[in-house]
Amino acid sequence: MSYITATTLEDALTALAAGPASVIAGGTDWFPSQGDRPFDGTLIDISRLVDLHGVTQTDRGWRIGAATTWTDIINANLPPAFDGLKLAAREVGSIQIQNTGTIAGNLCNASPAADGVPPLLTLNASVELTSGQGVREIALCDFLQGVRKTDRAADEILTAIHIPDLPDGSKGAFVKLGARKYLVISICMVAVLLQVKDDTLTDIRIAIGAASPVAQRLTALETALRGLPTKGLTNAITDDLITGLAPISDVRATAEYRQTAATQVIQRAVTLALEGDA
Amino acid sequence: MDKSAATMATSFTLNGEIVQVDPTAGERLSHSLRERLDRKDVKIGCNAGDCGACTVLVDGAPVCACLMATQQATGRKVETLAGLVKADPDAQALIESFQHHQAAQCGICTPGMMVSAVALLRNAPRPDAAQVQDALGGVLCRCTGYRKIIDAVVGAHAADQLVLAPIELGHNARRFDGLAKVTGTERFGDDVAPAGALLARVIRSPYPSASFTLGDIAGWQANHPGIEAILTAKDVPGLNAFGVIPGFIDQPVFAVNHVRFRGEAIACVVGDADAMATLDLGGFPVEWTPQTTLSDIEDAIAPDAPLLFEDRKGNIMCGGFVQCGDADSALGAADVTIEASYKTSFVEHGYIEPEAGFAEMVDGRLHVHACTQAPGMDRDTLAAVLDMPMADIRIVPTAVGGGFGSKIDVSLQPFIALATLKTGRPVRMTYSRNETMQSTTKRHPAEINITLGAKADGTLSGMRFDGDFNTGAYASWGPTVANRVPVHASGPYHIADYRARSRAVHTHCPPSGAFRGFGVPQSAIAQETAFDLLAEKLGMDPLDFRLKNALEDNIPTVCGQVFDQGVGIKPCLEALRPAWELAKAECAEFNATQSAFKRGVGIACAWYGCGNTSLPNPSTIKAGVRADGTVVLHQGAMDIGQGSNTVIPQIFAKALGVSIDGVTVLGADTDITPDAGKTSASRQTFVSGNAALKAGEALRRAILQQANVGPDAEITLEGGKVTVTDTGQAQTLDLSRLEPNADGYVLMAQETYDPPIKPLDENGQGIPYAQFGYAAHLVVVEVDIALGLCKPLHFIAAHDVGRAINPLLVEGQVHGGIAQGLGMALMEEYIPGRTENLHDYLIPTIGDIPPIETLVLEIADAHGPYGAKGLGEHVLIPTAPAIFNAIYHATGAKVTHAPATPTRLRAALQEAGHA
Repeated sequence: MSYITATTLEDALTALAAGPASVIAGGTDWFPSQGDRPFDGTLIDISRLVDLHGVTQTDRGWRIGAATTWTDIINANLPPAFDGLKLAAREVGSIQIQNTGTIAGNLCNASPAADGVPPLLTLNASVELTSGQGVREIALCDFLQGVRKTDRAADEILTAIHIPDLPDGSKGAFVKLGARKYLVISICMVAVLLQVKDDTLTDIRIAIGAASPVAQRLTALETALRGLPTKGLTNAITDDLITGLAPISDVRATAEYRQTAATQVIQRAVTLALEGDA
Repeated sequence: MDKSAATMATSFTLNGEIVQVDPTAGERLSHSLRERLDRKDVKIGCNAGDCGACTVLVDGAPVCACLMATQQATGRKVETLAGLVKADPDAQALIESFQHHQAAQCGICTPGMMVSAVALLRNAPRPDAAQVQDALGGVLCRCTGYRKIIDAVVGAHAADQLVLAPIELGHNARRFDGLAKVTGTERFGDDVAPAGALLARVIRSPYPSASFTLGDIAGWQANHPGIEAILTAKDVPGLNAFGVIPGFIDQPVFAVNHVRFRGEAIACVVGDADAMATLDLGGFPVEWTPQTTLSDIEDAIAPDAPLLFEDRKGNIMCGGFVQCGDADSALGAADVTIEASYKTSFVEHGYIEPEAGFAEMVDGRLHVHACTQAPGMDRDTLAAVLDMPMADIRIVPTAVGGGFGSKIDVSLQPFIALATLKTGRPVRMTYSRNETMQSTTKRHPAEINITLGAKADGTLSGMRFDGDFNTGAYASWGPTVANRVPVHASGPYHIADYRARSRAVHTHCPPSGAFRGFGVPQSAIAQETAFDLLAEKLGMDPLDFRLKNALEDNIPTVCGQVFDQGVGIKPCLEALRPAWELAKAECAEFNATQSAFKRGVGIACAWYGCGNTSLPNPSTIKAGVRADGTVVLHQGAMDIGQGSNTVIPQIFAKALGVSIDGVTVLGADTDITPDAGKTSASRQTFVSGNAALKAGEALRRAILQQANVGPDAEITLEGGKVTVTDTGQAQTLDLSRLEPNADGYVLMAQETYDPPIKPLDENGQGIPYAQFGYAAHLVVVEVDIALGLCKPLHFIAAHDVGRAINPLLVEGQVHGGIAQGLGMALMEEYIPGRTENLHDYLIPTIGDIPPIETLVLEIADAHGPYGAKGLGEHVLIPTAPAIFNAIYHATGAKVTHAPATPTRLRAALQEAGHA
């Protein structure tokens, strides 16, 4: 058993290729899943890799380093399109979790209730996976394959999240529904990204989490809303347009509740994006 | 060059000093800090980031030390509470502010709270309440209700201007044991074991109902070097059973052949710490055969259900019954009646400190250091299990990080005691969060049917109550719940015609036991919400309806008990009237313009008998004067955060007629404190308080007799001298001429108080309690109609406490009780096998508790010390029904199944006609 603090990405990839190992950055999901069981494997800590930190503007949009913490995202100077991601960041666990938990960890953990996923879906994010063989990029919606299941190969490390350029005037929002104020796992949550011109909705992207094994975009609803006047927009968000959900019944809520709550939470997220107030 | 570092020593700055440790891969920073660096001020509550107790600062940022690999601290600056309080000005301000506001009760969450608050204050020196909530949202507290913590952090910037309250009885004295809680030096169950102690872990059943066969244990042990002993049922020298009520000692220390609930113990593995750390208990040699599981009351009372105990027919463990007048006739003669049914859920105590402690042999005697609410009962149990004389057992309670009833029962004590006896070495044990949640007692789920009648003028005319309580696999305090409920189910009202039955039903669930209120919070939900339905049917205001029927002096209770003094429910209700009228008007105004959100106001009342139900429950308090002039109080009433370490000395000092400053307080410890009974049943202020009062008076008499002065003389303790002043003449007692007794005292008093009660007859008629305390809560809620969310906006709590020995401690109990009541009402639902952690089982966070105003009423009780009544449980009882009544007022939705989760509340709203 060993603990490897990687100081270069190459070191981390070499260690990962050498044998079974867990990659950790913040550790905020790894430790709870390990619980009280003894651990005799190998941990590769990528949290010290400077290149994996921070949000930067690129020639094609934005790059968020894999080991960027939620607190880093909250504190980053980002356009209003990222407001949804920032609101989601504030909902991840607690400040303690946000200070160490990372955006890539949230994605690799692949919980249906991962707070980071819906806003990243609305941002059309893709993930960058690096292995000894090279680098590949895959859309986030394709990367997430199911409950605790991703497209990451055993020898790959998620190194960055890429977000393509966003039209000027894009505004994001995020609403999380839970049974208490802090430290809460979603019953469901919704991220919205929209653009408005002359009181008309010129574009909208909506993603919902914790209502299916993987968070998803609601493209039928998006299509129906695009081009509508912003006044009275929420009235156009109707149950029949919210299709494809597969909510489960669990200790937090029944499937039936989740299905009906979804409409409400979407309406509120859209309102928040439009008005800055739910 | 490969600069990546594989397992090597880790060095970081800890509280200003460079330290070096050699952690294993996957070792948590919290573990390294506590076990390798002895920083026990870092607390562990869950090991999952759910509670925040382990919060430390890493490079100034609060993190959960349980979620950080120790290696990640390399080269960084780590700060813990014990370090911060030495040099950090914000931490030092918080020390004062936390004590001043009594923001620490049990103190287990305090390090996490204060460390988080330091990080906030460094960036925002004068935060508002919302900022404090955001900053402390990651730390759970189960005692305080959070509002005092908010006050303490908001007010920290002005800590140097705080005025110390007087310490005498009746004043908001700081906790006498408070400093250790805010500086990180308090020692809880997991903080006291000596280095090198062996570690014990329990093998538990993964099935709720199963038979099992143990395999080759000796062979397994031989294959695992470092294991010193494996204990099973055959290693129990005495009775392989424990329990709390004579006749119901039914839970095996180690199950034999079959188990009755998931989490039941079958064996205990003891070994050195390193071996235990790498041991996979999953390989323990045992074969399981799952059997039919009775998951709930319906399963258990089915005609063909298997019996958990052959002699408990129909899986009915016991029942309770109270009857007066003729309920059926009165209901028949009533002008209006209401029938309603209610269900409540398992509630987990959710203290942040999991059970922990260690045992060792000292001079041939067994010493057990563990968190407990009942040191005397722990000793009784161990004497029976170990077949050992009581005199050979010493229970030394550690500080208790929350109890609320569950730590009255033994948990780990038999295991560590047996392990120490077997190995001859100190043995420690700490329950994991999962283990404490699956194996320790819970609040009983209840299924209640209630029928109420009233005359057209609003006078109650008959009540029938039938309650089934899921008592789980073993008895624990189930019989107490069964007894208490029918006595209390009337609420504090005059009901001349009444019949209440209760049954405790066995299921394959964790044992239900004592939890703040012993079943009364469940029955109050039914009775108090049904009252609002009845008032509505009568066209009466809910407050007026309650006032019309409220008990008074000289009116018999449903047990036929008549108090000629001290019945304080009407003053509680009257105290709420101004807020009630205002809230009704404000809600109406709000609702006139709002449709998505509706507001409502609700009230509910409670009464609660202090002490054991119709059973003796004496407390004994001892005090003495040493030859060197030291006055010593032996205080054995366990302080689990509620404040008996403060209240009992305040009472004693008043009775002795001295300042508390001069009194040395010892205990609790079964070797040095007489038995002050268990901390339960809201009895410590009342019962142990009376013993302290009597001891103080007796010692006073002895001192005055020595000085040969009259009863009004003044005693002062100063500089090791006992001075007595009578009619202006002062004399210092010459204690050196007196012979010290065996305890080393030249003067000593030991007094016992046992409340005057009488047995209940077959109809539950008699004197169950010497006193009741009374309460009424008012809450305003806002209901989110579409999502079924209920948000309490503020509480006003009126409590008749007889006499507030320490008014701020009273508020602390009220706030904490409301927080637990709110949790029970809106989010807390323990599901065996499903919610054995603090992220699936939700307790309120700092953002969930609205402002609380406490109205302290003092209707003196003739039996209480200086008039004081018990309080600890009363504070929880009215909260949930008040919230449900407010929801009903706001929306017309009837909550009949607690908790009112979003799913349930939404369904109730739809049933009430909301789209």
